[in-house]
Amino acid sequence: MITFENISKVYGTKKQPITALDDVSLTVKKGTIFGVIGYSGAGKSTLVRIANLLERPSDGKVFIDDVDLTTLSKTKLRQKRNNIGMIFQSFNLLQTGTVYENIALPLKLTGIPKKEIKERVKKYINVVGLEDKLHAYPSQLSGGQKQRVAIARALAHEPSVLLCDEATSALDPDTTDSILNLLEQINNDFGITILLITHEMHVVQKICHEVAVMEQGKVIEQGSILNIFTEPKTETTKRFVHSLFNEQVPESILKDLKLDGKVITMSYVGDASGDPALALVSKKFDVYPSILSGRITQLKGEPYGRLVVHLKGSDEEVELSINYLKEKGILVKGYNNEVDINAS
Amino acid sequence: MLANIKEFIDEWGIDVWQSVIETFQMVGISLTISISIGLPLGVLLVLTRPTKALENKYIYQILNTIINIIRSVPFIILLFFILPFTKLIVGTSIGVQGVIVPLVVYTAPYIARLMESALLEVNKGVIEAYEAMGIKTRHIVWSVLVREARPSIVLGLTIATIGLIGATAMAGLVGAGGLGDLAYRYGHLRYEVDVMYVTVFILIVLVQGLQSLGNALAARLKKD
Ligand SMILES: Nc1ncnc2c1ncn2[C@@H]1O[C@H](COP(=O)(O)OP(=O)(O)O)[C@@H](O)[C@H]1O
Ligand SMILES: [Mg+2]
Repeated sequence: MITFENISKVYGTKKQPITALDDVSLTVKKGTIFGVIGYSGAGKSTLVRIANLLERPSDGKVFIDDVDLTTLSKTKLRQKRNNIGMIFQSFNLLQTGTVYENIALPLKLTGIPKKEIKERVKKYINVVGLEDKLHAYPSQLSGGQKQRVAIARALAHEPSVLLCDEATSALDPDTTDSILNLLEQINNDFGITILLITHEMHVVQKICHEVAVMEQGKVIEQGSILNIFTEPKTETTKRFVHSLFNEQVPESILKDLKLDGKVITMSYVGDASGDPALALVSKKFDVYPSILSGRITQLKGEPYGRLVVHLKGSDEEVELSINYLKEKGILVKGYNNEVDINAS
Repeated sequence: MLANIKEFIDEWGIDVWQSVIETFQMVGISLTISISIGLPLGVLLVLTRPTKALENKYIYQILNTIINIIRSVPFIILLFFILPFTKLIVGTSIGVQGVIVPLVVYTAPYIARLMESALLEVNKGVIEAYEAMGIKTRHIVWSVLVREARPSIVLGLTIATIGLIGATAMAGLVGAGGLGDLAYRYGHLRYEVDVMYVTVFILIVLVQGLQSLGNALAARLKKD
């Protein structure tokens, strides 16, 4: 478990303070994957670096498994850090060491016995699937493989918590997905609590149980992944959700369509697919639905679909159709290029 | 031609050999001492820098200033300037023994600077990763910082060694001999140009060889 309690961080001088974090409180429950998303400069890295005190907060407390790190002595903090894994955007491996050395050396330096080191390297290199690269140097590995080594290095300390600072931001989409799958597997198999920060919505969407959205050093929205997707409250969150669906409909087309009927956004969770419902709507009511844009995506655990639909017909029939869709458990909202607005 | 070479070796062989040995002695001894002073100083410079692990304005500034002052004095001046200091330390200010002290005073700060820049090149992210894993600072210094900097350290030491060979040329002024002294005394003062050519040739081969060796070693250590 990770708990941030009223964390503030101010950089710069007294005359020109830069507030990186402003009274942030968050709890990452044991065994969950928690995502913090925000644009560049929002304070995400500062936050995650406070979780192991690479950065000291100006104010507030940070707990890992109920131990307040800010009160620990230097030695105690060092010991505690053995228990907090961290991976980075730039992998941060020893260039001059093989994969084996990269995993083994930190273990050796923390006083793990030789025999145990061998066993652990073997175990965790298997977990990340790089058995055949043990004697390669980082320069001979791809980005994804380097991140796997970094993950093995972190896991080898058998931490209870893993911090990920933009761990997939330097990777291409396919590699990103494979690393995210690995993180999810680690979370499942070892029950390691994961705090990850990112500026990319699809990272959060794929593996996080819970999400916090940050802006200008503050947490502006927080909730389950489903909640954030279906009921985004702030502009920033809406923009992040939009970034994933890219459902912009050209303004000129929109104008024409609105003359005759209504443009709506339908979203639904699970297998209650929107398509059959739409087919029924066109049968039951005097409307002609046409799909302008649509996508189904995998949220942590369940599929989530969104369609932008034009319902052509009289106001009355369109209204009846919308009510029918809502009865079917589909979330219906009006459509607007900028943000979602409520239809009713 | 062959007869000429034989004649030269008969006449000068022993002197040249003697000078080579003296140069090697001076370089070897003062390099060893300079590294054991310069490397820790380089580490200290990096660690006491603003925002670094052992940040300390005073130590950093004082070290910085002393190194700059020594580095701005040409060796030939340093040699005489610190005569009393030399005498205090080794009891004499002449001979190989007498020249080691000024050579070290001249080279150690240079090595400290070279080490500093080699260590500063090390990816800060790696150091941070090790801090995050709870590794002790002294372990990070030796197992990460110095280890990762090895290729640059080797190149830096190559440069320092070549500079040191140059400096030993002036050692003759305090009676320490060496190749430079030989070239100067016989080649220049007594117009034995052959001796001068041969010494210069040996020096060139020495410097070339060292640089190639340094480059090769650095390339081997660098794993990319
Ligand atoms: N060491 C630092 N010194 C001064 N300002 C910093 C430092 N680190 C971060 N900041 C500032 O704090 C803010 C948040 O930075 P950061 O946490 O890196 O954001 P993010 O990771 O969300 O992009 C930015 O305005 C950044 O310029
Ligand atoms: Mg960042």
